[in-house]
Amino acid sequence: MVSPNDSVLLRPDRAVGIVGYGAYVPRYRLPAREVARVWSGRDAELPIKEKAVAGLDEDTATMSIEAARNALARAQIDPKRIRAVWVGSESHPYAVKPTSTIVAEALDIVPLTQAGDWEFACKAGTEAMQAAIAFVGSGMAPYAMSIGMDTAQGRPGDALEYTAAAGGAAFILGAAEESLARIEASLSYVTDTPDFWRRAHAHYPSHGQRFTGEPAYFHHVSSAAQLMLDELGRKAADYRYIVPHQPNSKFPQRVAKQLGFKPEQYQTGLLVGRIGNTYAGSSLIGLSAVLDEAQPGDRILVVSFGSGAGSDAFSLEVTERIGAARRRALLTGDYIARRVEIDYATYARMRGKMVMK
Amino acid sequence: MRSVYIAGMGQTPVGEQWERSLRHIAHDAIIPAIRDAAISRADALYVGNMLSGDLVDQEHLGALVADFVGLRGIEAYKIEAACGSGGAALRTGYMAVAGGLHDVVIVAGVEKMTDTMGRDTTAGLAMAADQEYEAAEGVSFVALNALLMRRYLYEYDIPYGAFGHFAVNAHKNALGNPNAMFHQPVTLEGYRKATMIADPINLMDSSPICDGAAAVVLVSEDYARALANGRRPVRIAASTVATDSLAVHDRRDPLWLEAAYLSSRKAYAQAGISQTDIDLFEVHDAFTIMAALSLEANGFAERGRGVRLAEEGEIALTGRLPIATMGGLKARGHPVGATGVYQVVEAALQLQGLAGVDQVANADIAMTQNIGGSGATVITHVLMGE
Amino acid sequence: MSVARTWRTRKQRYALVGERCDYCHNAIFPPRDVCPHCAEPAQKEFALSGRGTVYSYTTVFDPPTGFEAYAPYPVALVKLDEGPMITAQLTDVTSEEIRIGMPVEMVTRKLSEQGDEGVIIYSYKFRPAFEQRLAA
Repeated sequence: MVSPNDSVLLRPDRAVGIVGYGAYVPRYRLPAREVARVWSGRDAELPIKEKAVAGLDEDTATMSIEAARNALARAQIDPKRIRAVWVGSESHPYAVKPTSTIVAEALDIVPLTQAGDWEFACKAGTEAMQAAIAFVGSGMAPYAMSIGMDTAQGRPGDALEYTAAAGGAAFILGAAEESLARIEASLSYVTDTPDFWRRAHAHYPSHGQRFTGEPAYFHHVSSAAQLMLDELGRKAADYRYIVPHQPNSKFPQRVAKQLGFKPEQYQTGLLVGRIGNTYAGSSLIGLSAVLDEAQPGDRILVVSFGSGAGSDAFSLEVTERIGAARRRALLTGDYIARRVEIDYATYARMRGKMVMK
Repeated sequence: MRSVYIAGMGQTPVGEQWERSLRHIAHDAIIPAIRDAAISRADALYVGNMLSGDLVDQEHLGALVADFVGLRGIEAYKIEAACGSGGAALRTGYMAVAGGLHDVVIVAGVEKMTDTMGRDTTAGLAMAADQEYEAAEGVSFVALNALLMRRYLYEYDIPYGAFGHFAVNAHKNALGNPNAMFHQPVTLEGYRKATMIADPINLMDSSPICDGAAAVVLVSEDYARALANGRRPVRIAASTVATDSLAVHDRRDPLWLEAAYLSSRKAYAQAGISQTDIDLFEVHDAFTIMAALSLEANGFAERGRGVRLAEEGEIALTGRLPIATMGGLKARGHPVGATGVYQVVEAALQLQGLAGVDQVANADIAMTQNIGGSGATVITHVLMGE
Repeated sequence: MSVARTWRTRKQRYALVGERCDYCHNAIFPPRDVCPHCAEPAQKEFALSGRGTVYSYTTVFDPPTGFEAYAPYPVALVKLDEGPMITAQLTDVTSEEIRIGMPVEMVTRKLSEQGDEGVIIYSYKFRPAFEQRLAA
């Protein structure tokens, strides 16, 4: 028996790691200047260059399936041994009916598996990952899959429309011995802070404008990150990479600098300028991009942020298995490079912004 | 087996018959056929129809139409084989008379396609394809034919405009048919400019959505003699059906209409002829690609040469093998379940010398071929003038 | 298509699960219980790789009911590497980019929606194969 511990760090009895990971980004890009052209009419500073937009036939389920297939290709395990498929998103295709069963069926993980959808704004995916760590780390399951994926929507003309994007990543958690990156620890930092929300039947989210900054994003991300560093007795310099949640280009760079990280530590995982804020996928696809180039022994600090509000932090250490696993599926950058620019009218059609009835 | 003769014929103009419902359209073909044959009774009525259930929410056409045309009490039912329904109904009537079960049978083909919105009609027509693995993927019936035509153009290196000769011929012949839907000539230039509906199939490759009905009275030899009215007797010398996979993707060779090959071979044997004996051919030109593929499968052209036949003028009324002599599906119109019966009516008119300006000279043997789906059911009839 | 009817074919639509004939060893898709090549019973499940080439293609401009939101969209006959031919939509590609012989790979995409309140139907579609084909 292991006695309960009072540490704020979440660490399972059995060491757990990532045995497979996979990204997905749809091919369409809406430049922020297009949104500005239609709605702002002036040359303001743009929060990102462009954002990824899901095609007419894509949603969180289809995108999750492709990311999950990439993760499975890297893990090279029998899908029937995956005991949980958990999809975190704020854009599940159904209000009631799991996205995760669709993913589990498509990957032939069914029927002996948990399947559930998670919601906590932009940190639903990392919540699912913590649960997967626990599921595997307790010895209940050999493998568990967690996915952060979104086709985020911003109200037309709203500041969020520039950045709300589509994409994400899937992870298969398993025993640390067979992992390509060990999870050293994670923690969760949560308060009731209504900085951004969407009511049950509302199509678009609402937010508290500047209230989303200091009391929400910065407080939670920096608190979670700093606690992780303190508890592990580490400094920023002990990490090769940091991947904070990325609602725009500014916030993650500022918070990383405040925590003592340098640009070379956060540039690799900083994708928001090229694909936008993929919400539940944001920090996780950043992690995917880092794993695409990390070397054995590299440490990675991931800090998500979900409005409402909270942050999950993860400390990872890359293993020798990374090199072989990486080559078994498409890289995050392959998807980002597959780019078709669209105008606002096409975007409005693709995202259902036209009134058809 | 007994010989079977065509004793009477009726047809309605093909087009948008806004004033007439399905039962009225059937009536408008059956009553003239009965009068034409001058029969006082019939043993059975077989109604060829594809889409009544889907497009006008009406099944059970046998009893409905029998009652509506004053034949209450008669044996009657609907025969369905997609766009081959009319031909299948004729085949059923033929079997009944040839087998000695009936002496006088009325065969009608009827379709009402204009009561629905275009996309619903499109979805209805796609029922001729494999619903679970073709139509379910959003593939329309036109698209299936377009897939064949694209591959044909690629494999045989045919210039895009070449298929236009089929449309030009059909529209030219339709000018002489008062019942045809279109009476506008088409030029190759017009063909090339036509609106694309599923590339490479354009509006001029494609038969129109329309309403129509046609009917024939089939009788045994004894009855034919009794009803003789001075017109040339027309005998059904062959009646055959063959099938292939419903889905195009399941064919061993998508550019080969195996069912047409099987059906026509049986027909030639039954009639005791070879394809060179045929004076005119009512081809199932629902799309120009279908015309080309059936010319090849029936032995009129080498593989990849079906279009050349059209290019070289061989399909004209004065050519080696006149096709679509009264407009074909392309220009007479293609009220799907009625088409197979229209073809036989037109072929019989040709053999009797009643085709007007569309008359093929010295026509003694005519072939009609009615295709269900994109080649899954192929029904061939050979008619002989005696 | 009804919910039950779509559900029944989920393994085919999500993962291209067909059959392999025990007698003549041909791969079969969609599954059909009787081998079309040798007419023997064929019931052994076999998942196709999803890789193939375009045999022919077209664009649907006038879609059937249920597909209006996606038109115009390309469809194709795809010759799968294992042998069977399949009819499917192409995605992530413009009509001008499609060529006969083009390598494609299966993806799972939204096929249609039964209105705002009905089920969403997912199915296989094919997209141009990513150039960097990875050794599995």
